[in-house]
Amino acid sequence: MFEYIVKRLLFAVPILIGVNVITFSLFFMVNTPDDMARAQLGAKQTTPEMIQSWKVENGYDKPLFFNGDASGLDKIQHTLFVQESLKLFAFDFGQSDSGRQISADIQERMGPSLAIALPTFIIGLVTNIALALLIVLFRGSRLDTITMMVAVAIMSVSGLFYIIAGQVLFSKTWHWVPISGYAEGWEGIKFLILPVLIGVFAGIGAGMRWYRSIFLEEMSKDYVRTAKAKGLTDIKVLFGHVLHNGMLPILTGVVVVIPTLFMGSLIMESFFGIPGLGSYTIDAINAQDFGIVKAMVFLGSVLYIIGLILTDISYTLFDPRVKLS
Amino acid sequence: MSFVWLWTDILVWTLVLVLIGAVRSIRRSEQIRKQWFNILKSPVAMSAAIVLSFYLLFALLDSVHFQYTQPTSDSSTEQRSLAVHEQGVLSLLDILVPHLRTQTERTYSAPFATHEYSTSLSYDESGVVSQVYRPLQFGGQHWTGKHSILDDVMVKTAIPFLFTCIIIAIIFAIHLGWGFLKTRGNYIDYYENQPDPKDELPWGAAYFTLFVLIFLFSWFFYLSHYYHVLGTDKVGQDVLYQAIKSIRTGVLIGLLTTLVMLPLALILGISAGYFKGWVDDVIQYLYTTLNSIPGVLLIAAAVLMMQVMIANNSDWFGSTEERADLRLLFLIFILGLTSWTGLCRLLRAETLKISQVEYVTAAKAFGLSPFRIIQKHITPNLMHLVLIALVLDFSGLVLAEAVLSYVGVGVDPTTASWGNMINQARLEMAREPMVWWSLFSAFAFMFTLVLAANLFSDRVQTVLDPRRKH
Repeated sequence: MFEYIVKRLLFAVPILIGVNVITFSLFFMVNTPDDMARAQLGAKQTTPEMIQSWKVENGYDKPLFFNGDASGLDKIQHTLFVQESLKLFAFDFGQSDSGRQISADIQERMGPSLAIALPTFIIGLVTNIALALLIVLFRGSRLDTITMMVAVAIMSVSGLFYIIAGQVLFSKTWHWVPISGYAEGWEGIKFLILPVLIGVFAGIGAGMRWYRSIFLEEMSKDYVRTAKAKGLTDIKVLFGHVLHNGMLPILTGVVVVIPTLFMGSLIMESFFGIPGLGSYTIDAINAQDFGIVKAMVFLGSVLYIIGLILTDISYTLFDPRVKLS
Repeated sequence: MSFVWLWTDILVWTLVLVLIGAVRSIRRSEQIRKQWFNILKSPVAMSAAIVLSFYLLFALLDSVHFQYTQPTSDSSTEQRSLAVHEQGVLSLLDILVPHLRTQTERTYSAPFATHEYSTSLSYDESGVVSQVYRPLQFGGQHWTGKHSILDDVMVKTAIPFLFTCIIIAIIFAIHLGWGFLKTRGNYIDYYENQPDPKDELPWGAAYFTLFVLIFLFSWFFYLSHYYHVLGTDKVGQDVLYQAIKSIRTGVLIGLLTTLVMLPLALILGISAGYFKGWVDDVIQYLYTTLNSIPGVLLIAAAVLMMQVMIANNSDWFGSTEERADLRLLFLIFILGLTSWTGLCRLLRAETLKISQVEYVTAAKAFGLSPFRIIQKHITPNLMHLVLIALVLDFSGLVLAEAVLSYVGVGVDPTTASWGNMINQARLEMAREPMVWWSLFSAFAFMFTLVLAANLFSDRVQTVLDPRRKH
């Protein structure tokens, strides 16, 4: 097991390098060190000498990918790309345009992000699976058809509408919860209720359909027929056999998501004024702060890869047939 | 007046040509015809298909652009003031509904209103200042106050209703006549020898949907001459006009992105599955890497770069329309480049499976080149996957546009889009009293499109996906 994890982590390195190449090219091709120098030095007359000295000071005077002046390995090592990527691998994201340490900001903002993403995820998962099981009990009936129609309708509404409608109804008209804001600890619950509820509701349509199709697929298998032939009731078959066996396909879809919960939700957080990583990213995008966007891209990929590894490990826990090698 | 071909126009018409070509070649295949018949046999799918083609029609009408030139100096002032509205790049749709575009008010007004939504200061002749609801310039100007607005609207509904009945009757007559021609006159024979009523397409649902759509369209069109049916926005522009203009943006993002994504997914997916070995490794590495970057962030990063590039090279573009169009094109390309991975993985897995089958082995033994085998034996067997992925992606992309516009990395702020409308409406909802109609219009137009696309894709999946039995 340990060996396998180490191997998978090593496989992650080329992927992360690839991610870096993509982001690095995207950022430096357009926002060259010269542009950065000009932006940092301000609007006053900047001479080429000033730009050059700024670049030397900040370490941006090296070529992008390949250093022809150096010898041996240094040809690749003494480049902006290696220098910038190594920093990222050490989770040193540098400073944002406003002069704050990005790593410290990220650590600080992970909490609020999780406070909203984790409850949404868990409540959503339980609700969706419970509803799907319930609807599988009534499969083929009119209730099933109508529920599926409603699910498609729920899916067809943009998440933005749910948020706006929720805020208008629950906060503006009925004054049940504050429109937006955030507080630490138990105080903060009143701020979290609405975003979590909206998040859960917006996901019901797609989630319920997905779990229903998984359970229906299980229901058509031989062991279910055998169990029924033995005289087990529908409910016993569903909860005793189908739920357990359906966990495998569910795991594939669900475990990958767990680490990325840290990233927060862009839209939820910015609508509800929650100081998490999602609103951090949106602010950075709007302010065109490339350092933060780059850091978030890297963090996102790392979390995604961790998610993939966790998925494989969870398989061995739930399915004894799967052996990691 | 001369034609202007924006980049997205060219692409969307190319797509239409490709689709026509595809339909013509598909008609020859008995099997595919049966599949499509099967898809449309469901009343829901039939209605959804009609709704989708209505949206497509609007998008296409809005994709033919003309350049209006400035009037010559010797034309009369009246003509010139008219011509001010007729400047710049206009689409066929703009020309069909000129009153929607030109009849702008000063500021907000509610649907069917005759006066502005909020009070403004007014000085009467004696110099007394008062707060009044100013009357609108265009909306409800025929209204004399004798009847209520509701009565007026009811009366005015009769004409579109009659019009719709006539149109439907004409379509029905053509339909019957077509069936008559097809059967070469043996009409009664033909209908008596119908094998099974279950093999008929659901014409009832089709006519019902058509009736509703044509009625809605003519109702909006007719009443928009008298009122601002969906109100006006902050700068007094008709919300109905914005919502209609947004159709193009939404449909184009849904359609053209697939055009960008498809070749990538097909070529890479099939070569990975067929050639295996290092080709497979490289392609797998490529899509795992792309997949591991959070989608919105990758799009945001690419769009940010594009914005910087456009800002640095503003001399590339002749007009604001061209700039906005190029931004839309870039967005479509970026969405396409980030969304091919899912389909690619599916195609790779299916190709791996198919290339083990006997007929491919036989083809190899006969000495067919890999290219021929892929073209003749593998690609046709992947088409159902491609089709399912395309219709599935469409609704997701339409929804994504709204989110991206909200994040600030969507289409140009000057482009009409539902995302931009929602974005603006967010602030309007906080006003007192609430300005709800912009949000409502964007919601209604978007929901109809996405719901139709979802229902249609559901049906396509049920018919084409051999694994889906439910």
